Amino acid sequence: MNSPNMPAPRWRGCLIEARDVRKSFGQTPALAGASLTVTAGEIVAVMGPSGSGKSTLLHCLAGIYQPDTGEVWFNGERLDTSSDNRRTELRRTAFGFVFQFGQLVPELTVVDNIALPLLLNRVGRKSAYARAGAWLPRLGLDELGGRRTGELSGGQAQRVAVARALVAQPKILFADEPTGSLDTLTGELVMELLVGLAREEATTVVLVTHDARVAAYADREVMVRDGKVINRADIHVEVSR
Amino acid sequence: MYTLSVYFGCMLRGVSVPLTLLGLLERQPTHGYDLKRDYDTYFGRGKPLPFGQVYATLSRLARDGKVSGGDAEPGAGPDRKRYAITELGTREFDAWLGHPIEPEPHLQTLLFTKVVLALMLGRPADAYLDAQRAAHVQRMRELTEIKRTGGLMEALLADHGLFHLEADLRWIDVTSARLSALAEMVRAS
Repeated sequence: MNSPNMPAPRWRGCLIEARDVRKSFGQTPALAGASLTVTAGEIVAVMGPSGSGKSTLLHCLAGIYQPDTGEVWFNGERLDTSSDNRRTELRRTAFGFVFQFGQLVPELTVVDNIALPLLLNRVGRKSAYARAGAWLPRLGLDELGGRRTGELSGGQAQRVAVARALVAQPKILFADEPTGSLDTLTGELVMELLVGLAREEATTVVLVTHDARVAAYADREVMVRDGKVINRADIHVEVSR
Repeated sequence: MYTLSVYFGCMLRGVSVPLTLLGLLERQPTHGYDLKRDYDTYFGRGKPLPFGQVYATLSRLARDGKVSGGDAEPGAGPDRKRYAITELGTREFDAWLGHPIEPEPHLQTLLFTKVVLALMLGRPADAYLDAQRAAHVQRMRELTEIKRTGGLMEALLADHGLFHLEADLRWIDVTSARLSALAEMVRAS
């Protein structure tokens, strides 16, 4: 049930917002009143220990899970009470996703995978493939456009996943442990690419990670603990020397 | 051989004795002898605080108005003066406890002291750890920017700092997860 008394957010620069979101799976609470506001163009890292609720928060923000209570707003639109169709449409047109692994279709080529979101958005085949092909130099994968993604290394596959998430020019990119399965150097390359391209495309990023080295690429970080968000702004960080 | 006492000795090197004594005095007025015993129990780990240092530190703190010493009481030992923290001392201790430390590698020494004192005094140790975590990530952000914009040498030097800060952060996370158990232990002793 959502609170009818909560005023609608004021949308001066705010792109997405969770307000006092609660979500349980059976008897197990995952979110216990989580609130988060992300400004357009920001790259925000959501940190926290395993089981803290950070991935659940990302799934609620992205309209994949519906909160038990609380509100989720995206670009001035109430998301948590939107229809399934509307949320699916937003995930296809306005949201991009990068997960730890498994999001590519291994039987399809690199270019096929990158073009897929455009084809699903009814972009013409020729245009979709032209746009997908233009991403290859940006990924450093010029020679691998025709390679099946199942034959790529983990780092190459994640670079393709980043391109596939950004090719349809989403307003916001949700990344859940995007370097979780990669070694340190490969993970850094993927983060360089993800952050660099997101800034070039002016895409907002919500990045879930338990890794402080990954979080250090973000503009700011928040902590999720016991299902609640602790904003850095609430933390006194003047250091004593 | 790197024994446990040597390790703890290294870990706790650099702990501020005056501030730690102020923290111990926050609990209740007490004698120098008891302060030394508590310091050695929690923070001494293989390197007990010499009596001379305890009394010299207390004298300096009294001179600076941060503690007050009562009249000498009869009893065993070199000094049976009961010391109490003053308002000025409390303010200084609060400021030290609440501010994150300049993020640099090998901070466990000071962080450990702050966490134990905070738990002992019923202060929000989790908030202090959160503040320290935020300061660490901010420093990691600065080092990451150096890596992104600098040459290979700068990147390698930044990496060295990043890995050490990361190790500190893991310690902060593990300590956060064990705060309840640590609080029980500290309050029971």
